[in-house]
This record gives sequence, C-alpha cells and structure tokens, in this order.
Amino acid sequence: MTGTLNLKLDINGESRDVAVEPRVTLLDALREHLGLTGTKKGCDQGQCGACTVHIDGQRVLACLTLAAQAEGRAITTIEGLADPNGALHPVQSAFLEHDAFQCGYCTPGQIMSAVACIREGHTKSDNEIREYMSGNLCRCGAYSHIVAAVREAAEATS
Amino acid sequence: MRNFSYLRAQSADEARTASALAGHMVLAGGTTLLDLAKCGIAEPETVVDITHLSGLDHIEINDTMASIGALARMSAVADHPAIRAAFPAVAESLALAASAQIRNMATIGGNLLQRTRCSYFRDAAVFSACNKRHPGSGCAAIGGVTRNHAVLGTSKACIASYPGDLAVALVAFDAIVHLGDRQVPADDFFLLPENTPEHEHAFERGEIITSVTIPASPAARHSTYLKVRDRQSYEFAAASAAVGLEFEPDGKTVRDIRIALGGVASKPWRVRTIETALIGKVLEPALVRKAALLCMEGAVDHGANHYKIDLAPRVVTRAVLQLGGLS
Repeated sequence: MTGTLNLKLDINGESRDVAVEPRVTLLDALREHLGLTGTKKGCDQGQCGACTVHIDGQRVLACLTLAAQAEGRAITTIEGLADPNGALHPVQSAFLEHDAFQCGYCTPGQIMSAVACIREGHTKSDNEIREYMSGNLCRCGAYSHIVAAVREAAEATS
Repeated sequence: MRNFSYLRAQSADEARTASALAGHMVLAGGTTLLDLAKCGIAEPETVVDITHLSGLDHIEINDTMASIGALARMSAVADHPAIRAAFPAVAESLALAASAQIRNMATIGGNLLQRTRCSYFRDAAVFSACNKRHPGSGCAAIGGVTRNHAVLGTSKACIASYPGDLAVALVAFDAIVHLGDRQVPADDFFLLPENTPEHEHAFERGEIITSVTIPASPAARHSTYLKVRDRQSYEFAAASAAVGLEFEPDGKTVRDIRIALGGVASKPWRVRTIETALIGKVLEPALVRKAALLCMEGAVDHGANHYKIDLAPRVVTRAVLQLGGLS
C-alpha cells in the first residue's frame, strides 16, 4: 500500500481515475491532479471552509479528507452544482444577486456550504444561518450579504 | 506533510492488530490526525483507515441508556431526536462544537481522542520545548501566552487545557468508554498530565474505541451545555459547563445534580464538591452562586488565563439557575 494509490473517484457524477501518494488530500487531488480548481485552498488546516465539498450529500472539508478515504463515495464540487445546460444553481444566483462576495476566494466553499445548510433545514432565522455557516470565513467581510443570499435561496427552495 | 502508507482496515480486529504496530495510527474522520500531520506533530508511517468498517456507527437508545458507536458522526448524534430528548447536554455539546463541516466528518471515538489546542504543542517549528510532544523537553507555555491554558489539573510539566465539549457532558453523566470488551468510565479515560503529559488516555496500543454508553437519568434528561467563548461560534470554550438537574417532587429541592467543566482544566472536569453542596438543598440563587465558587478550589493561573477563575463559577451559576427556572 506504499507508493502510489490508484483510486477511482466519483466526482460530479463522473468516474475519474487518479494516481496519488497516500498522503494526498481530496483537495489536492481535485486541484492538482484532476484540474478541478473551483474548490479553493485557504488555510489547508480545517479552519476556513474554502475547500468545502459534498461527500454523499454532506458538506465536508476536502483539506482534511484523504483522497483515498473518498473512494466509493459520491463527491460533488462547485463545478458540479450548476445544471448541465449552464443554468446556475439557485444559491449561485442568489450570491450574484446579493453581491455576496468581494474577492470571491471563499465563495465556492460558501456556496457549497450554503446548499447543504439549506438542505439540512438550518435556515429558520438569520441567527441560525450565521451559526450553521460559521465554518466558512470571509476575510472581505461580506457576511451580511452572504446571510441575505442564503436566506433568499432558502425561501426560494422551500 | 510527511508521506505515509494507507491501510484500509477490513475488520475491527484487523484495525486493532495494525494499530498496535510501530508507526501505525488509526484514521477516522481525519479532523485531528491530518491536521496534526500537517503541523508535523503527528508523524504516522501508516494510517489505518477505519471509516469503512460497518457496525460501528450506531446510535441506539432505550429506557436505561444510550449507546453510540465510535464511528457515529458528531452531526448525527447532535441531530438525533432521541438523544436531544434524553440527553440534551450531550446533543448541545456536539452542536456547539467545531463547524457544520467538521461535525459531518469527525467521529465520536475520534472526538474523545482530540489533542489539546495549546499553541506551543502545535508549533514544533518554533517551540522545541513540549513535554507532551517530547517528554523531558520542558513546557514553553509556562511563562508564555496562556489565555487558553488550564487552571485546574495542571502540573509543572504541562498546563495544556483539554479542548473538547462532548467529553465534558459524558463525564457529567457517568458515561462509559468501550474499548472492545474493556470498559472504562469516561472520567478515568482522561488522564491528568502529572509527570507524563504524553499519556493522555487510559488506552493501550492495539485498542480501539468501539462505543460510548451513557446511563439514562432524570438529571441527564433535564440538562444543558453552556459554552462561553471569545467568538459566538466555531471556537473552543473559554469556560463551559455541562449541568443536569433533578428536583424532588416539591419542585425546588435538589435530588440529583451533575456538573462538569470544559475549557478550564487539563481534562474534562467533574465538580462533585458543588454537587454535594447542593443535593438536598432548596435551589436558590445565593446558594448556587456560593457553591459554584467550589469549582475553582485548587486553581492555579499562569497570568493571562486568570480570568477563567472568575468566569467558570459564573458559567456554572448561570447554567444551574437556567435549568432550575430561576433566571
């Protein structure tokens, strides 16, 4: 099991083969080996949420998940969120409409987190949105617009 | 991060056998092990991935107890309706910990084994002295910036605080940690640093946590976890309290009360002195305020963490009065 692992990863509904060292995280596999750079590397230590992806529908941090651990699970990244015909996901549209970003670096993680937050039903109030989005930091401080976008997307999908 | 080999355990026995080997470390949710590997603190030669094992992620509850599998995710336990009803302090301790993403990853077994957030422990590149990392090397925290360090249960070798929330609730309600067939009370599972801060758990190589059981009780059913911290969310406790309360039929005399503290001690800190002081008494604010001061008996501060000695009794007081309907 040393050396290189040949993994088959299910990413955005596609089966992708990747050969990586055991220590390679899902985040690095996505960005450096599979050309999926939408998932961002912020702190790389589980503190900022920029690398948030979904595994089997649940939001997790790709920086603290080994690529090997994700084998056999359904991985969704920001690239897999929009409709195949190009129509944006309602949360993506809400972020645009509410200008819920400034530099945009945390945005893919914010959106992946928000999609799961809405699905979990943790959007009953602005305070609940803030609590359940607290794992996603925005150094530009666009928080008030992010909360507004999440609230509107939650209302639109309920 | 140093490279390692990857072994996907096919059975609990294979995981036990592999984890007993030199350089082998068990990998579950990864939120502690991979973080510390990136810091250069954990240096596994082989990680033994147990997340594909079946039968270890149950959450079962009956009239006498709850049993939670070691691989149950924090979020699954925090959101479980029966746990929320019968053990609200346990559910709240999990819901108030970490972030939604980390709670979806981290397991109950791994949660118990999380390491201290002492910044001197975590920064090996700058601070070579850490008795937890290298026994005998000293403690860089003593005389350093100590705002987050423990005031209870410390030693001359180590003043690191235990950072977790769940274990505080488990200790309050007499939970049992199951290591296969061996059972250890949660309070005994966590060790004081004394002269061997590198030994944190009553845990031998080759053992894995299989489940945690929590006895049901009226106090557990009427309980809360109060967590006070520097920011409102996604932060470790400055001071926290797991409290459970049962009244006599008169609705004001204390029949049973459980109190444990987080964020202030080197391990989850049960405070039986306060419990003893309140059992059999009519609960009223002045009595609670006075009894709460007992939680800091023997406390030793290291400068910047002095505030915890004032804060912790207030956290206990607020939690008890809230539960007792007196605030």
